[in-house]
Amino acid sequence: MMLQFLRMGGYALYVWPSYALTLLVVLLNIFWARRSLRAAQTEARRRQLTTRGQA
Amino acid sequence: MAWVWFHRFGSPPYFYRLATRLVPWFAWLAVLLCLAGLYGGLVLAPRDYQQGDGFRIIYVHAPAAWLSLMVYTVMAASAAVGLIWRMNVAHAVAASCAPIGASFTAVALATGMLWGRPMWGTYWEWDPRLTSELLLLFLYLGYMGLRGAVDELARADRASAVLAIVGVVNVPIIHYSVIWWNSLHQAPSVMHFGRPTMPATMYVPLLMMLAGFSCLFGALLLTRARGEVLRRERTGRWIAETLGLPASQDPNAAVGPAASDSRTASV
Repeated sequence: MMLQFLRMGGYALYVWPSYALTLLVVLLNIFWARRSLRAAQTEARRRQLTTRGQA
Repeated sequence: MAWVWFHRFGSPPYFYRLATRLVPWFAWLAVLLCLAGLYGGLVLAPRDYQQGDGFRIIYVHAPAAWLSLMVYTVMAASAAVGLIWRMNVAHAVAASCAPIGASFTAVALATGMLWGRPMWGTYWEWDPRLTSELLLLFLYLGYMGLRGAVDELARADRASAVLAIVGVVNVPIIHYSVIWWNSLHQAPSVMHFGRPTMPATMYVPLLMMLAGFSCLFGALLLTRARGEVLRRERTGRWIAETLGLPASQDPNAAVGPAASDSRTASV
């Protein structure tokens, strides 16, 4: 039953790589977006503190 | 009065806070829709009478392809708003679109190749639909390359906005390519007028995946746009507040919240 599902009627070689690749890119997108926001926040925090130091 | 909402969105602190609040909603909606769509598409939907189980690639291919076009349209529209009204928030949104759009265009192309191999007997053909979608990937990459090549953020915003707007002609070309020219690719099965071309058990999961990917895009875009807004804001007490820094001792920086919120667009 489960094996039959995984076999995808003989198209397993095309179906599962498609799903795996899509999942990978979705996860990467989540990781990249969060990393980009964190980097901007760190940079903004640093900038706030330096401008204050000058003032 | 009708323009009040427009100016609100243009206000960096307003946008930043709204985006922060909206992201979890988009994210959870995306998770629910995609899980339901995957179950429906992989388990409940019947086999296609011609393509067997191979057609199930549609549940990742079509949402990725849909995003590739929608993200570009959002990018070009916000780039135009940013250029015309000199609105930094719009530029921030446009800049956030490109990496998301590029990655899903690549997914659409790759899953299309994996679908084409068993059905058409080839991974790739220089067919109008495939070629114009590849051009879309190059437009995204060109946009990102151009941004990366210009150091000053405001100049990068303006230059890349022009490229994004010019490239938008490719969007209808991709969509109508299967109708205008003889294409290996099948005609649209969702984005067309009239009755669905497939039974509801196949169609509903596809709609769920399309909606789920759109919500995922919403969450990704707003997360990235928050960062891009911060990069474009040099001053403003709201930044210290949002980042949880202690209130500034500098009396010059102590402007009231009304003053900082009234900044609609910083040039």
